[in-house]
Amino acid sequence: MITPSQTVGPFFGHALPYETGPDLVPEGYPGAITVTGRVFDGAGEPVPDALLELWLGETGTRGVLRRDGEGVSGFGRCATAPDGTYRFRTARPAGPYLALLVFARGLLCAVATRIYLQDGPDPLLDALDPERRATLLARADGDVHRFDVRLQGEGETVFLEF
Amino acid sequence: MTHPPNRSPGYRSTILRAPSRPAVALKADPDAIELTSPVFGHGEVGALDADLTRQHEGEPIGERIIVTGRVLDSSGRPIRNTLVEVWQANAAGRYAHAGDRHPAPPDPNFTGAGRCLTDHEGRYRFVTIKPGAYPWRNHPNAWRPAHIHFSVFGTAFTQRLVTQMYFPGDPLFPFDPIMQSVPDAAARERLVSAFDLDVTEPEWALGYRFDVVLGRTPMED
Ligand SMILES: [Fe+2]
Repeated sequence: MITPSQTVGPFFGHALPYETGPDLVPEGYPGAITVTGRVFDGAGEPVPDALLELWLGETGTRGVLRRDGEGVSGFGRCATAPDGTYRFRTARPAGPYLALLVFARGLLCAVATRIYLQDGPDPLLDALDPERRATLLARADGDVHRFDVRLQGEGETVFLEF
Repeated sequence: MTHPPNRSPGYRSTILRAPSRPAVALKADPDAIELTSPVFGHGEVGALDADLTRQHEGEPIGERIIVTGRVLDSSGRPIRNTLVEVWQANAAGRYAHAGDRHPAPPDPNFTGAGRCLTDHEGRYRFVTIKPGAYPWRNHPNAWRPAHIHFSVFGTAFTQRLVTQMYFPGDPLFPFDPIMQSVPDAAARERLVSAFDLDVTEPEWALGYRFDVVLGRTPMED
């Protein structure tokens, strides 16, 4: 009896993104990190109309939509720029990874993946061959963690089902 | 099968965007953060956010409608205080979005975006304008049936659902590759709202009912 999924389509930009959506923590929050990257399609072209949602695994003390309150919000939302770029400012998760959902025109169902901020023994990572495993590992450069999403083809990101 | 396969070539944009490899099934892990979901405070959603006809100076053009229903889990239990977001074209089939090039008139009194939280029984309710059908470039003479986009959270990130609600009896259904991407006819029916005279308000607005049933969380299996 479950309701089927349908694509987010191309015209969500006036409805779903909100100004503080990409900011799970306020500017200057101690220990804040940036998680950024680009989304690519199967031809290696940037996806300019994707919507990404990041989930830290706990609600935190800061509101989701209005961002009222201090501290951390567990949820963020960011639309990609014309060059496929997204960017979140977040706290570090309690565990090694953040949960990511990607919506886009041409995706009838959202795809789910994980952004691992550190490598290490992990039930999911250890089940993947090295090339696939690498698609889930962010590259750290100081406080900036880079994570690209490749929807299809060479270097295709590992997507998850639960 | 309820959900459409991401690779559905009749919908051309899927060809270069659908993953080519099957999703990796995550083994049961009670600590997986995807088993939890954001919690929304009532102060975060304004009372007028659910009335798409009162967001501007004047009233939008078109047929005023009420769209209501419940958000339920797969056992039929209500999902309370969950965020429901909707967005749609105006009565002429045009979105308030810079990228929409359909030569139909924009409506300065209609943005076409709303949100609300479900109540204790999982119920949501929007007042809006019936959206128009609109053309797209998927194939020659392609038209989307009138629809309202829905985004629903649920209690686990794995339940997160974005879908589209259609209107009963639309002659465009058989020609729409997005709706037809859902392989099972009974599942497609669940995307179609029902006209409801009890929801209809006399001398004011037609009423449509649309329930959203979210998938199981892995811990229920
Ligand atoms: Fe649409």
